[in-house]
Amino acid sequence: MHERRTTAPKALAPSWGDSAKREGGNIVTRRAIALWIVVGLPIAVFSVWALADNTRLYLVTLLNGLTLGSLYFIVASGFTLVFGLMRNVNLAHGSLYLLGGYLGFIVAEKTGWWLPAIAAGFLGAAVLGLLIQVLILRHMQGQELRQTMVTIGLSIVIADILLWIFTGEVHQMEAPEWLRGPIRGIPIINAYSAYRLSLLGFGIAIGVALWLFLNRTRVGMMIRAGVDDRAMLAAAGVNVNLVFATTFAIGAGLAGFGGVIGAVELSMVPGEDTRLLLASLIVVIVGGMGSVVGAAIGAAILGLAETFGLAYAPTYSVVFTFVILVMVLAFRPRGIMGKAA
Amino acid sequence: MSAAYWRKAMNAGAVAARGEVRSTQTAAPAAASAAAGESIGSRLVAAIGLRHVVVLALLVVFPFVASPFLTFQIGAQSLALGLIALSLTFLGGYGGMISLAQMTIAGIAGYTVAIVGVNGTPEINVDWPWWAVVPLALVLGTMAATFIGWLSVRTEGIYTIMITLAIGVAFYYMALQNYAVFNGFQGLQKVYPPELFGINWREPLPFYFLVLSWALAGYFFIKYVVRTPFGVALQGVRDNPRRMSALGFDVVGHRVAAYAVAGFVASVGGVLLVWYNGLITPNSVGTSWLINILVIAVLGGMRHPIGPFIGAVVFVLLQTFAIDLIDRERFNLVIGGVFLAIVLFSPDGLLGLWAGLRARFAGGRGVGSTARPSGRQFWRQKPRRPQ
Amino acid sequence: MKMLKRTFIRSAAGAAVVAAFAGIVWAQQAPVKIGLLATLEGPFAAGGADGMRGAELAIRERNGMVAGRKIELIKGSSDAKPDVAVNATRKMVEQDKVDIMVGPLSGGEGVAVKDYSKTQPQVTFINGSSGAQATTLTNPSENFFRFNTDGAQWMVGLGAETLKRGYKRVMVIAEDYAFPYSQVQGFMSEYCRMGGKVPLKAWVPLGGKDYSSVIARIPKDIDALVVILGGADAVNFLNQYEAAGGDKPMIGGSITVSQDVLNYRGKRRDSLVGTLSAGPIADSIDTPEFKAFVASYKKNFPDGYPSPGLFALNYYINMKAALDALDAVKGDLSDGQKKYRQALATMTLKTPVGDIKLDSNRQGIGTTFITEVVRDSQGNLSNKVVRAIPNVDQMLGMKPADFKIGSRDEPSCP
Repeated sequence: MHERRTTAPKALAPSWGDSAKREGGNIVTRRAIALWIVVGLPIAVFSVWALADNTRLYLVTLLNGLTLGSLYFIVASGFTLVFGLMRNVNLAHGSLYLLGGYLGFIVAEKTGWWLPAIAAGFLGAAVLGLLIQVLILRHMQGQELRQTMVTIGLSIVIADILLWIFTGEVHQMEAPEWLRGPIRGIPIINAYSAYRLSLLGFGIAIGVALWLFLNRTRVGMMIRAGVDDRAMLAAAGVNVNLVFATTFAIGAGLAGFGGVIGAVELSMVPGEDTRLLLASLIVVIVGGMGSVVGAAIGAAILGLAETFGLAYAPTYSVVFTFVILVMVLAFRPRGIMGKAA
Repeated sequence: MSAAYWRKAMNAGAVAARGEVRSTQTAAPAAASAAAGESIGSRLVAAIGLRHVVVLALLVVFPFVASPFLTFQIGAQSLALGLIALSLTFLGGYGGMISLAQMTIAGIAGYTVAIVGVNGTPEINVDWPWWAVVPLALVLGTMAATFIGWLSVRTEGIYTIMITLAIGVAFYYMALQNYAVFNGFQGLQKVYPPELFGINWREPLPFYFLVLSWALAGYFFIKYVVRTPFGVALQGVRDNPRRMSALGFDVVGHRVAAYAVAGFVASVGGVLLVWYNGLITPNSVGTSWLINILVIAVLGGMRHPIGPFIGAVVFVLLQTFAIDLIDRERFNLVIGGVFLAIVLFSPDGLLGLWAGLRARFAGGRGVGSTARPSGRQFWRQKPRRPQ
Repeated sequence: MKMLKRTFIRSAAGAAVVAAFAGIVWAQQAPVKIGLLATLEGPFAAGGADGMRGAELAIRERNGMVAGRKIELIKGSSDAKPDVAVNATRKMVEQDKVDIMVGPLSGGEGVAVKDYSKTQPQVTFINGSSGAQATTLTNPSENFFRFNTDGAQWMVGLGAETLKRGYKRVMVIAEDYAFPYSQVQGFMSEYCRMGGKVPLKAWVPLGGKDYSSVIARIPKDIDALVVILGGADAVNFLNQYEAAGGDKPMIGGSITVSQDVLNYRGKRRDSLVGTLSAGPIADSIDTPEFKAFVASYKKNFPDGYPSPGLFALNYYINMKAALDALDAVKGDLSDGQKKYRQALATMTLKTPVGDIKLDSNRQGIGTTFITEVVRDSQGNLSNKVVRAIPNVDQMLGMKPADFKIGSRDEPSCP
């Protein structure tokens, strides 16, 4: 007997009104207000102090956090897309990020152009993702645990192959000409990295594009339908396997794309895959599993926590991240935008 | 409906199909004779088969025939790692929850022994004697496990892996970047077992027997626990939490308790492991080790408590001697490939392969166990909504 | 019956495995067994491979023989993790029964292997390339010898040169672990003593590549940045620094001004000219011994680096010491290797970068080179030797009472 999943998270385009009405998602209860105060008050106090102490540092760190969060959002959105539709925790996501970055690096070196590098990173990771889905994961429908184990094994294998080919040396990619150098003349801050600001632009662009894709195209409609009820989607005559393959490819491609643009800012080195995977996990746990808006919120929180931690208390920055993770798991186990079952 | 009724119901079929004592039906003989009301002594004797005696004899004789190197590096290390992987097998095989934070818990216990006990870094040295430190380490490890469990089990199934991995990696970064307590990248050195009764317990022979006794204790403890009412209820929770909840069992409570039990076993393994290595660093609890424990558990097979020990022996042998056979540089590739092959083709690991081979040569008699789901069923578990 | 057969097969297999290993362990032979440990896996794999090349070069220069005995080299691999290094060392010492052990590569591994060496007094342990101060300063081991200089010794002389160039206030940016601590200590103990000021030290957490927060904290009133990051990380930092509009000059640590930085293609490339650095090796040392060393390296390893790197040099030095001392005692490793260790402790080792002797902790006293980045006629950047400072000892010329091992807070002169 198949259980009809009436209560699956309607992941991908919630509105605030809906979430407020649902049980467990009500943001206006007394408990919620108390939580807002407990969390918001220390942050407000700190902000006032920091602004008074060193305005420039505070504002620069704020921008740093938002831009880093944009990178996390791009990578995590792919993760949450795959998870929301296919209930598949793809732990090879970090390796796909690394793969995209290395591919982009090679293309950028050979051609000297940046845009083909991005395309190469996106497509390369997408193709690998497609192969993984079609050749391996498709045959394990319904065995989520086994699929996850497979992705773990794949992540080990891919990471080691990349280490073999590219060795442990750090690879630098350069920003394109039109993004190099600082933007000068900003009040208070004086100068800020143009490339880093562009990360923010990319994040917003990807977010909007994803929203349009999911809400305004047929494929997106099918994906949203599949999130709610896979069986009915198949019964309606849609090729579910094709939808799954497409989704996995897009999710992987987003990781690869993130790898290329992250390569310029953060450089490519073995170990980045673990860091970005951890970031994606935390973003999705904090933001809500299967929700793109949640991923945006989670990414912003994570990015800000990391950069403020690094700027004001370097050896404790991870502790902040950990505390956020624990608090969300303790009080809202489904994430901020996660839906009640 | 009581747990005893559950036990009888689940094992009735197994009793009928039993021709000889098989590793996949360990619950059967005890249950059957329990139903008949025999004494503990005769139950124990009935449960011990020839192969148990042989294996035990081999384990005891091994250090006297093998070189100290083999005893220490292969024997003791496999048994300590096996103990940690045993906690994962218990959680995963019998509880249906795959936690990637078992090595983290072992690391917490290990760090406690290092920090609160004697180590080579004078600034971080509380210098408590071992008989105070070790119980503290076990308590802290179990408490951490309970906490991690409480955080992880209120969402379900597949999310447990995500959450425990995130917690584990976050702990790694914390240990890496904190100097006041964890001494950062350098870690803590010179963490040795104490000298007791005139024996230096870090010598290969005494240390091997120390680890062996704890490994045996852990093995029998887990075997015992899965047959208690708690253990059986846990397996019920694994199979159908909704029904168990409807029957009045506290699903979340059972799961958190399972984490606590597994955490205790992992903490013991963690103390032994830090004594084996003589040091603990953030890399001991890094991503690769978190996943290595999973590899060990899956490699051996999650269907029986002997699985993780088998997996650990294979893993340690590969790790130590791979450089003589293949390029050591590609060790991770080999491990990843083996793991992938196991998950794709023989999800029950080596035990499953063994059982399959035996079934074939036994003339195709089916595996009649109903004591726990077979491999294919185990992998088919769906994540269920929290109740 | 089946069960008996099964247990019999299992026991037989087990016994066979045990017997095979026992057999390997058995025979004692006339060749000298030397174990060699380097990081062949993980992030330092390239450096480990170069280290092995350096060690093998020392062996090839003697045609594989020493004092009439053949050299049997057994290789081990680690991945910069102390527990893996100890496991690999233990295998070579207890299973393969080597007489001499050379290695490891990284600082943390060195401390762990030194601790292990105390439990194996019958084997002589010689360092590979690890450069942590604590290895020979804290609880030194009687049978652990290190002929290469440590991370702090590599920076002696740089503080004085920095002040000479007019940089009176600097900020330190380094990664948060033992090796950068020693580098910073080597730099600052001299710099502070001669009147320099370091108002801020930024310790970047390991594994972090996001330098934006550090860059945001750079004060306006400093003259230069002392950057102790790996070469490629330094390029990343320079990129981010330039993008954020920074323009202060840089002083580099021993591994900072590497080929990656010299090939920097950013707008601020010109400002790299004149960058100071210091270390145990430089590309352009002018002595005939060094030139011969480079030529020999290139001839023996056509697919190695264009020029031997830091790891190759250190492994070469240590392996050469092992072999030269064996020569001196004519291959006599009897009586707990007493004569051999005496030879090691008292010899003057002739290396491509000068003479090296050991101090009372069996730590090397060697030469440090101060370098500067220059541009040649074609516009390429390279490191030129400004000064060579011989006889740098582990106490950095200070009295033992004044000396403290480098840490996050020591030394300090804000």
